[in-house]
This record gives sequence, structure tokens and C-alpha cells, in this order.
Amino acid sequence: MLNLSPAEWTAIELSLRIAIVATACALPFGIAVGWLLARKNFWGKTALDGLVHLPLVLPPVVTGYLLLISFGRKGPIGAFLDEYFGIVFSFRWTGAALASAVMGFPLMVRPIRLALEAIDRRLEDAAATLGANHLLVFLTITLPLALPGTIAGVVLCFARALGEFGATITFVSNIPGETQTISAAIYTFIQVPGGDAAAAGLVLIAIVLALAALIASEWLARRAAIRFHGE
Amino acid sequence: MSVLSVNVEKQLGALDLSVRFEAARGATALFGSSGAGKTSVVNMIAGLLTPDRGSIALDDTVLFDAAAGINVPPYQRRIGYVFQEGRLFPHLSVRQNLDYGRRMSRRAPDASAFARVVALLEIGPLLDRRPRMLSGGERQRVAVGRALLMRPRLLLLDEPLASLGVVHKREILPYLVRLRDDAGVPMVYVSHTAAELRRIATNVVRLDAGRVTAAGGVELLDEADGDALG
Repeated sequence: MLNLSPAEWTAIELSLRIAIVATACALPFGIAVGWLLARKNFWGKTALDGLVHLPLVLPPVVTGYLLLISFGRKGPIGAFLDEYFGIVFSFRWTGAALASAVMGFPLMVRPIRLALEAIDRRLEDAAATLGANHLLVFLTITLPLALPGTIAGVVLCFARALGEFGATITFVSNIPGETQTISAAIYTFIQVPGGDAAAAGLVLIAIVLALAALIASEWLARRAAIRFHGE
Repeated sequence: MSVLSVNVEKQLGALDLSVRFEAARGATALFGSSGAGKTSVVNMIAGLLTPDRGSIALDDTVLFDAAAGINVPPYQRRIGYVFQEGRLFPHLSVRQNLDYGRRMSRRAPDASAFARVVALLEIGPLLDRRPRMLSGGERQRVAVGRALLMRPRLLLLDEPLASLGVVHKREILPYLVRLRDDAGVPMVYVSHTAAELRRIATNVVRLDAGRVTAAGGVELLDEADGDALG
């Protein structure tokens, strides 16, 4: 059916790996930041809120450039991580995952925050009277009740990570087999005269993956709703 | 012998709460019109609200003492609390709701205690349902069972019948009376309805605008009938 070259399969595999790793690594931070924004008042809250949402409004090229100068080999954070943990982002697929996570993060935090804000705090009080300490209340009441919002956040972040282009190509370039995702591969194809036909297969794949993510999220949200409301 | 001793003060908006009473075994009614501070007092006993000054002791345990800096967190107080709106966990089945307190305190399952409470409250057929699928009366019975199964040293009931219609009220009251007589757990029962308290209370503390205005036996409820509280 689809006649894809090995290089195209590599781009698909790479895109999925980057999106999954980006979403999985962003999730704990997304829950933590969503919780801080929903529940706590602290100095610098507005600044944190702004910082989280910045990638949504900044040109992706700017986000990519900021990642490059801070997480690149010579950047302060990049140099630190390289020296002490051996983690390198620049021109690696891990850098693409970082860029995708940063771009998807605001989309993940928002539904998680809204879900946490919608929880009836009195249920948490009830759990406390039944002997649950703060951590247990969070794990057994707060988090399960915020599950539908968390699923929405995960799917949005995943979809964004799958399609991320501007920040990724600025930060880690467009290296086949390392940082060339589906989007970057399509871009490369259509830069060449007559490359439209070659891009068509990947375009189709991109559509299928996006639809699959949407359907999966619908299905998960419905299952969560059934668990809660017993219908 | 007094079981619970409460002596608390707190400024709550316009209400200057200053409440002092002792409760013996049996069911102590905390009685008064709405806005008298009944729920606030119960929340302080449970540890959900911190008094400005004073102390709270249960048996020989100090739960709160402002001067000594003692404030036992709610999850360590082992005080069962039946809320006005039930507050069952919507994502858990009735069985899981009932089991929640035991799981949180990491006690081994106790099938006979579970069976006893389920039989007492007649909630056996509901065990696999979600709270959404229960009637108001069923929900409150499960809430009582959940509080009982944590093996509380004291049971707080805050207007447990207020959200129910007349039929459900009649349905639940006998269970609460049975609870008082069979389970042997001391109770603090909050209500503004004298008729309801007459069925359940063994002694009465009357609260008005944040102050205890009378304390004694159930005869205090009769005086209240004229005050349009009933």
C-alpha cells in the first residue's frame, strides 16, 4: 500500500520515539506545575505561569534558539548536564525530545490544572479523616479524580510533540536518522522540485497518527468517565 | 466520665466562636440554629479547622493544645466523620469506599468487622455500585459505614440527615440509634432539628451565636421547641 523508503520509516520511528519520550518526561513536571498553579499561592506564581505558557506565544524559532543557547554543549545548562550526567542534547534525538516537551508543556499543564481546580476539596478532607496523609490523599483521591484532565493533557502534549517543527529544527537541526522527524522529512522533500510525491506518504502517515491520538484520547476519556460515573 | 473535652476559641468572620463543653459516652447532641458554629466546632474536633486558642482532648489523648503547640493532624486522630453531603469518593465503588480507612491505616482486612457493619446498615446489595448510583439515604448509610470501619474512637455526625427527604430520614434514624446502642462508639451529633435529636441524643449541648448557652439532658430539646428551631 504505502511504499515508504527505509529513511522514511526511520523518520516515523524517530518521531514516535521523540513524542513518547517527550510526553513521558514532561508528565511528572506537568502534574507538579499544574498542582502548584492550581493549589498554591507563592511569590513568583505569575512568573511561573508566564514562563510555562511562553512557548505557546513565542515564535518556535525563538524557543529553539533559547534552547540552543542554554542547553547546547556550550550553554550553561547543557555544559553542566554534559559534564556531570553525560547528557547531551545538541544535535541528538534527545534534544528533539526536549524541544518537543517544552513546546507541548503548556498544552499539558492547562487541562491538568483545570482538572485539579475542579476537584471538590472536601473529598480530600474526608480522606484525611479516614487516615490518609497528604501523600496518600494525593495518590488515592486527587490524582485519580484529575485523571480525565491528565489524559487530555497527555494527548495534547503528545500530538504537539509529534508535529513539532520550528523549535526542533532550530535547536537540533535536521539530521537524517538522528533528528529528522516526519515534519522535518516532509520539509526536506518539498524543498526539492518534484518532491511532493515523495512527501505524500509521510503526509498521510502524519494525518493517521494525529487521528489515532485523537481517537485514543476520546476512548480513554470515555473509559475514565465510566469509571467515575458508573454508566 | 467525660470522653471528649472541648475548649476552643476562633474568630470566624463576624462570628466570635468560644465553645467549651464535655461529652460523655453515648450520643451528645450539638444543637442550635444554623450559623451558630456547630459545623466549625465539629471540624475543629476532626482537625480540619485549627482553633485560635484552647484545647481538645479525647479520652487521655490531647488532640490540640494551642499553648503547648500540639495539633495532631486529622489523619492521625482516628475520629470518624459523617458529613452532611456524604462525601463518598466518586471514583471508588461502595466496597472500596468502605475499605478506604482500613487501607490507609494499613490494617489487615477484617472480614467479620466488614460483614457486621454491612449487616448493621443493610448495605450488602450496594457493595459493587458507584456512589452515583445510590439514593440519598443509601449514600448516607454507606458514609456511616465508612466512618465506622475505620474503627473510630469518636464518631462525628454533621447533620447526616439534612440532605434527605422525610422518607429517607425515617429510613436512617433507626440505624443511627442501633449504632449508638450496639457499636459503643461515642458520638457527637450535630443538628438543628429537635425532633431528630430526641430520637438519638443522650445529652445535649446547646449552641447560640458561637457560645454554649446550655448543657444537660434531652429535656433541653423541649425548651427549644418554642424557639422555632425544630
